[in-house]
Amino acid sequence: MVAKETATTPPHVELGLTDDDVRAMYRQMLLARAVDERMWLMQRAGKIAFIISGQGHEGAQVATAWPLRPGQDWMAPYYRSIASAITFGMSAEDIVTAHLAKGDDVSSGGRQMPGHYGGAPYNIVSLSSPVGTQVLHAVGIAMGAWVRGEDVVTLTSFGEGTANQGEIHEAMNFAGVHRLPVVFVCENNGYAISVPLDQQVGGGNVAARAAGYGMTGVTVDGGDVLACYRAARDAHARARAGDGPTLIEAHVVRMTSHSSDDDQRRYRDPAEVEALKERDPISIFGDQLRGWGLLDEEVDTQLRADVKAEVNDASKRAEARPDPDVATALRHVYAEEQHDA
Amino acid sequence: MPELNILEAVRLGMDEEMERDERVMVLGEDVGKKGGVFGATEGLFAKYGAKRVLDTPLTEAMIAGAAAGAAIYGLRPIAEMQFADFVYPAFNQIVSEISRMRYRSNGTFGLPMVIRMPYGGGVHGALYHSQSNEAYFTSTVGLKVVAPGTPADAKGLLKAAVRDPDPVMFFEHKKTYRLFKAEVPDGDTVVPIGKADVARPGTHLSIFCYGLMRTFALEAAETLAREDGIEAEVVDLRSLRPLDTEAILASVEKTSRALVVHEANRFGGFGAEVAALIAEEGFEHLDAPVTRLAGPEVPGVPFHHNLEDWFMISPAKIVDAARALAAY
Repeated sequence: MVAKETATTPPHVELGLTDDDVRAMYRQMLLARAVDERMWLMQRAGKIAFIISGQGHEGAQVATAWPLRPGQDWMAPYYRSIASAITFGMSAEDIVTAHLAKGDDVSSGGRQMPGHYGGAPYNIVSLSSPVGTQVLHAVGIAMGAWVRGEDVVTLTSFGEGTANQGEIHEAMNFAGVHRLPVVFVCENNGYAISVPLDQQVGGGNVAARAAGYGMTGVTVDGGDVLACYRAARDAHARARAGDGPTLIEAHVVRMTSHSSDDDQRRYRDPAEVEALKERDPISIFGDQLRGWGLLDEEVDTQLRADVKAEVNDASKRAEARPDPDVATALRHVYAEEQHDA
Repeated sequence: MPELNILEAVRLGMDEEMERDERVMVLGEDVGKKGGVFGATEGLFAKYGAKRVLDTPLTEAMIAGAAAGAAIYGLRPIAEMQFADFVYPAFNQIVSEISRMRYRSNGTFGLPMVIRMPYGGGVHGALYHSQSNEAYFTSTVGLKVVAPGTPADAKGLLKAAVRDPDPVMFFEHKKTYRLFKAEVPDGDTVVPIGKADVARPGTHLSIFCYGLMRTFALEAAETLAREDGIEAEVVDLRSLRPLDTEAILASVEKTSRALVVHEANRFGGFGAEVAALIAEEGFEHLDAPVTRLAGPEVPGVPFHHNLEDWFMISPAKIVDAARALAAY
């Protein structure tokens, strides 16, 4: 009897996720994709100067951000982190507003290029363009929490190209020395702009490097949302228990060119690009949910319609927001009130 | 009032700030049990423990970047670069991240942090333990840069830097660490960032300087007064960014002659900014060209004492430059 029950327990339940949880994860993936696709359209229409995409990364991003506690934990994401940022509190409207560089954009008030996620209200660290710098900020936040003895986990993400930066080594080494509460997520999509993995990563395996830092390294299929969630949940628990950092390497797919200024047909085989559709995490997770009886065509259609309406609404409101006022361009170079806080 | 040297003043400043505010922490290479290679953090490890006085790996980018993260989190880190010469691995963090964080986040993320760096030559440190690299940082908008020349200023400016809501690069000339003792006001005396100090009033010419150059300029001024009857006004800038432009222009208005002295090489050095300021805004007061006395155009301080002496600014070199300026 017991054995039979175990055999029929859906895998998400084994992980402690409810039916509603996994449907909500699926919806976040759909929302991130819909925002992403909308911004490409807006870029083509000349409304957005530039777009750098997260399409194909949504499963890993939603799943790894899922264990984070809003208002308590921290995130230092990177330029493909649409789904991570949405899962950790940013709204579709926040994302579109930032891409339109509006004056009241929560990330930068229109000062930063698209894809530079961040938001003080969400504990998401402002991101720059030199890759990998944010990983040290994540480690510093974790150091702060460790010094103060506070229950805070910081997640930081980056690509496999960035994994080779010296600052990543310095960050992981330091986190390893003090067993800091950090979760490092390497979203390995096989390409650093045009340079493939075998020309980029010595040994070809980012997670294997974890052993050298005395931390746990885990490799997961970024198309397997529950595997990503399991890795992130365990990493989060490990961090909270004082058992140190974790390096998760999620193998994802980059379904678009590097950015709107790139054309991947110059360096990627058309057959390879075509085959990516089969590895789309949204299709894979949708099929799994259908297999577990948690999704049917009616529900899926309804979810997609909801998400579309949300993005339409978000875009409309974002476009109506004011542009930055040049009179504010000199503000916030230094603190405006000198104070001893 | 106790008499302290600059090293003791820096240490006391950190100690008092750590005592006052438990968010203040120190991190860097060998700052823990050893108390720093110069001894600046001596005693702090025993008093505040291994977490608040944190020995880091030999990783300068990490020191700066983790300090930035800690500041984001709400701490007030004081990061130590063992020598200013070793800051370059952290340059990306300081220039790309730390200086720009407030601006790029539209004022929502500020970085209240200090980076202390022993700089300067005259200690047989050669090319990689002697650099005066302040100009890289003074030209970076978003940073504040200070370089105290007295024990009282070292302590008072350090307190101001720790309490400042923005990142402060704190340059300590290592030759001044144990050079002399002077009175340091008791208690919580903060020296505001952005104010120059007229170290010696004078009427015939102005010498603008900072760090070790204050001591040398004062010594030169005594020689000039004694041997030439030239009364030099010595203005210790103390704060390079923000710069006390009013004090500079007021001194030039009074003396009509300006000599800018620094140890870093002349080309593109900080003196160029002071000279340009005087040329643009104090031109009508000038009776002579603004003059710079600066380090030679070589990539670093060479090691042998003959070579190092050739490199270094000295009171005698300041006297010569001041005489030429006075005679113009």
